[in-house]
Amino acid sequence: MLELTKEEEDALDGKHGETLALAYRVLVAIGEASGSDKLIPIEWAHLSGVNYNTIGDAGVDFLSHLSSDAKFKVKTTVNPMGFDFDNVAKYGLDDEFIKKQASIKKSYEKMGAISSFSCIPYEIFNVPKRGTHVSFAESNAAIYANSISGLRTNKEGAFSALASALTGKSPCSDLRDEQNRKPDLTIRMKVEAKDELTYGMLGYFAGKVAGNSVAISGAGRLDKRSCKSLCAGMGTSGRCGMFTLEEGEGEKIDFDQKELQNIHDELNTSEHGDVITLGSPQLGLEEIRDLSGMLKGRSFTKQCMIFCPRAIKDQIRNLGYANEIERAGGEILYDCCTCLSPLIDKDEVDSVTTNSVKGAYYLRTSNEVDVNLKSLKRIINEETK
Amino acid sequence: MNVKIIVRGKAQGNLLVAKNPINFLGGIDKKTGMVHDTKHDLFGKSVAGKILVFPFGIGSSVGAYTIYSLKYNKCAPSAMICQKADLTTASGCAISNIPLVTMSKEDYDSLKDGQEITLDGITGNIS
Repeated sequence: MLELTKEEEDALDGKHGETLALAYRVLVAIGEASGSDKLIPIEWAHLSGVNYNTIGDAGVDFLSHLSSDAKFKVKTTVNPMGFDFDNVAKYGLDDEFIKKQASIKKSYEKMGAISSFSCIPYEIFNVPKRGTHVSFAESNAAIYANSISGLRTNKEGAFSALASALTGKSPCSDLRDEQNRKPDLTIRMKVEAKDELTYGMLGYFAGKVAGNSVAISGAGRLDKRSCKSLCAGMGTSGRCGMFTLEEGEGEKIDFDQKELQNIHDELNTSEHGDVITLGSPQLGLEEIRDLSGMLKGRSFTKQCMIFCPRAIKDQIRNLGYANEIERAGGEILYDCCTCLSPLIDKDEVDSVTTNSVKGAYYLRTSNEVDVNLKSLKRIINEETK
Repeated sequence: MNVKIIVRGKAQGNLLVAKNPINFLGGIDKKTGMVHDTKHDLFGKSVAGKILVFPFGIGSSVGAYTIYSLKYNKCAPSAMICQKADLTTASGCAISNIPLVTMSKEDYDSLKDGQEITLDGITGNIS
C-alpha cells in the first residue's frame, strides 16, 4: 500500500488544481502497480511522447490542454521529434504533420522543458552524481543511466515521467531499490563477432528473457556505439531496465550463434535497402567523428539519413565532421531519429538498411517497411565507394 | 477472486485473452483497436470494448499514449487485467481512466477467452 504525505493526499484530491491531481493519479497507479510504499524526490525527468507519429491527435490535444497551466518542477529534457524543422521542406512531409509537431514542441516548451529533442540525454547533458534518482522514459536512456551512468531510474512510461516532471517525485520501487538492482540471470555471450549489431541483438535477446536486471558475461570491452546498441535492443523487446557486465548469481543461459540467427531472422526481412538510416539511438559526437573518418575518400551509393542531437551541431561543424559526411552524400538531421520517423514513407520506400535493432523493430511494425539489418562496417563496405 | 486495483473503475464485458505480452506502440492500431503485429497471437482481432487480458506490456514507453489514443478514438478496451502491471500499461490506463487490475497466476489462468464478466475495480470483485 502506497503511503502518501498530507501534502500529496491534498494534491491527489485536487486541492492544488486538476493538473497536479492528474499527475498524482498517475504516480499512485504506477506506485500501486509496482508495490512501492512511498514517493521519493527525483532530480531530472526525461520525457518520451514527443514525436507526433507516436502520440497522435490524442497526445497533441492532451499536451495542449495540460500546458495551459502546468509547469515542470524539475530539470526536464525531451525525446526526438518526427523531423528537423530546418530541412523538413526537402522531405515533402504533409503540412498537417508539421503543424501538429509544432504544437507538441510548443506545449513542452511552455511547460518548461529544455528543447533537447534527443534520445541520448546521457551523452549531451551533465550527468548528476552516481546514485541520484532520475525519471527517464526513453528506454535506451533509462538502461544506459542505470547500467553505465550509475543513476537510478525505472524504465518509466511516457506518463510516469511526465508526472515526475510535474511533481518532482516518483514511486520508490523496482530499480530504485538497491536489492532489486542485483541481476538474477546471467547471459553468457558466446558469439565471436562483436560489433554493434551483435550487441544490439544480444540486447534484444536479453530484453526477452530477463527480469528487472540482467548480468552479461563474456561481452568484452564495449565501445560507445556497441553500448548504446545493447541498451536500445534491450529496451525494445522487454521490461529489463539494467545490466551489469560480469557473471552474476542465479540461472545462466547462453547467447550463441543459433540465438543470434533467430533474432536476425525475426528482424531482417530484406537483403536490400532503398535507403540507409543511421541513428536509433541518435549518434553522438564520438560516433559522428568515427563515421566521418570511415567515409574519407568514399561516397554513399544511395540516400543515407544520419540522426543526431542538435546539441552537437556546432561542434561537428567546427571540427569538420559534418562537412566530410555531407561531402559523402550523407544527410545530417537534428532533433529527430530513425525510430518512428515520418520521413520513411512506405509509399516511397520498400526497405531500409540500418545497423539499429531498435530501428529495425519499429521500421517493420510502425513504418511497415522491410528491413535490411547489417553492421556499420558492412554498410560502409557495401553501400559506399 | 482476489484482485489488486491499479486504476479504479467498473466494467462489464467479454474477455479477450492474449497469450503473449502486448507492445502497445506498434502492436495495436490506435485508430481502430486492431492488433496488427503479425507475430502476436491476437493478430487481426479488435480490443475495442473488450476486457483485455494479457500477461504484461512490453516495449517503448510511448505505448501509454497509444492507450490514451485508443480511448480518444473510442476503440479502447473497457478494462484490462494483467498478471503484472508494467509502468506503461498502468500510467496509460490511469490517464485514460481505464480500470486496471492484477491478480494471482492461478486466478489469471482460470480466465477464459469470450467469458462475460463484471469487474468492480472499486471493491475488487469479479463475477
